[in-house]
Amino acid sequence: MAAKSIISRPVYGTLSPQPGKHHLFIADAEGALAIADLAAKAPADFFGGAHIIFIPGRDGKYADALEALKPAQFYLGHSFASALPRLKQTLANAHMGLRLYLAGTEGLIGQAMQAALEAGIDHTSIQTEHRGSLARRMQCVHCKGITENVTTQPATCSHCGLLLLVRDHYSRRLAAFQGVCINAEDRSEIPPIEEVFR
Amino acid sequence: MSTGTTKLDVLVSDVVPVNELVTRFHFRRRDGELLPTFSGGAHVVVEMRDGERTRLNPYSLMGSPLDTREYTISVRRDDAGRGGSLFMHRQVRPGTEMVVSYPVNLFSLDLRARKHLMLAGGIGITPFMAQTAQLAAEGGNFELHYTCRTASLGTYADLLRERYDRRVRLYHDDRDERVDLDRLLSSQPLGTHLYVCGPSGMIGWVRERAAALGWPPETVHFEHFAAPQPGAPFDVTLALSGKTIRVDEQQSLLEAIEAAGVDPPYLCRGGVCGQCETNVISHDGKFIHNDHWLSEEDHRSGCKIMPCVSRFEGRSLVLER
Repeated sequence: MAAKSIISRPVYGTLSPQPGKHHLFIADAEGALAIADLAAKAPADFFGGAHIIFIPGRDGKYADALEALKPAQFYLGHSFASALPRLKQTLANAHMGLRLYLAGTEGLIGQAMQAALEAGIDHTSIQTEHRGSLARRMQCVHCKGITENVTTQPATCSHCGLLLLVRDHYSRRLAAFQGVCINAEDRSEIPPIEEVFR
Repeated sequence: MSTGTTKLDVLVSDVVPVNELVTRFHFRRRDGELLPTFSGGAHVVVEMRDGERTRLNPYSLMGSPLDTREYTISVRRDDAGRGGSLFMHRQVRPGTEMVVSYPVNLFSLDLRARKHLMLAGGIGITPFMAQTAQLAAEGGNFELHYTCRTASLGTYADLLRERYDRRVRLYHDDRDERVDLDRLLSSQPLGTHLYVCGPSGMIGWVRERAAALGWPPETVHFEHFAAPQPGAPFDVTLALSGKTIRVDEQQSLLEAIEAAGVDPPYLCRGGVCGQCETNVISHDGKFIHNDHWLSEEDHRSGCKIMPCVSRFEGRSLVLER
């Protein structure tokens, strides 16, 4: 579970069925289990109006379990980037009454929410549930490059190479945590690097 | 001083009959300065000094927020009400000196919305007059669906059609025209916000359908000033001030508390804003809750009351005031 710290650090809830005609799910890896848990609480015809976009983890698990829910539409993506055009298209054609459910890693939830915000959905209207890895999407505040799947503290920027303190300061607009140079005064000072975001 | 009760000394600059029930009042500052800025959906509380009695009623500002030389309100005459609207219609003339509160907005536009869908019923059109003027000036995307009893009682319907053409859709009860609400709510693009102002039955219906059709609560905005209803007189003990007061038939509980020299906070005086929420210490009798602020649970618990619009029937009521 993601711990509560400063106000901008996202907190996630537990998916629950919302009233509405259309339900759009975006999940990766263990996020599928959050959808399965919701299914146990959902009305009988709920998935008849559902569209699931699922990006399996490396183990390739859970896709069958989601398909067994018999959603109106089911899409298996290779990566978030490959699923994004479909997500954007779905949101562009959607009407009020569509409910959005995001489950899985923070990177997936953050990036799907970013697309939803751009489509005009308020972040408070979105159901989220964190499952799986705590690896972070980080933006280097110096070069603005984004580094995916950061698990260590501090972490090296994959663009400019600076050693960055990964902050809890989060941007919904960028879908990324902020990384700030940890040794700006003296670059030779290298603090111990620990794996903290697993 | 109570929240939101900073006052403005104004002069009635014009009184314009609009139709058989509605009259429009224009206010300017007595010192000739500009009035404070406001945003579409704001209201002012108008003080009506009627002999011994002072009424304080909220009215939506209906002029363009871009013009603060004057404030305009439209008052629908309510012959069965407590007399505020009749006072405005009968006693207020051009040149009358009056006092109004600073504007307060409890029904503001969410300007992050991609589109604003507005539903008005009857005199509930007034906040939308200001909101449409504000949006039109910014090139905002809106659509107004306005239900009135008859064409002659369709206050400002012609003006709105003239200004905004097909962005305004009219429905007349006497011609059996009805909003196809489910279809309307199901065909709005993502990012639409919904605004409703009108009779409480209409607001309840629209909120219920919007919730059922999957509109998140934060996208549904509504305003209904519940006018305080007259009722049987009752006695109240104000525990903190050590006073026992009587609420007359035509008086609200809030007005009776104020008449006793106690100054509780207030803002809307219409059961909407929550400022005057008051704890009940003990009671023996039945509450008549008329507000839109407290939850159903609060209403059932008997622990809280909104004195601006709600009343009580029974043997005793002790409030934490």
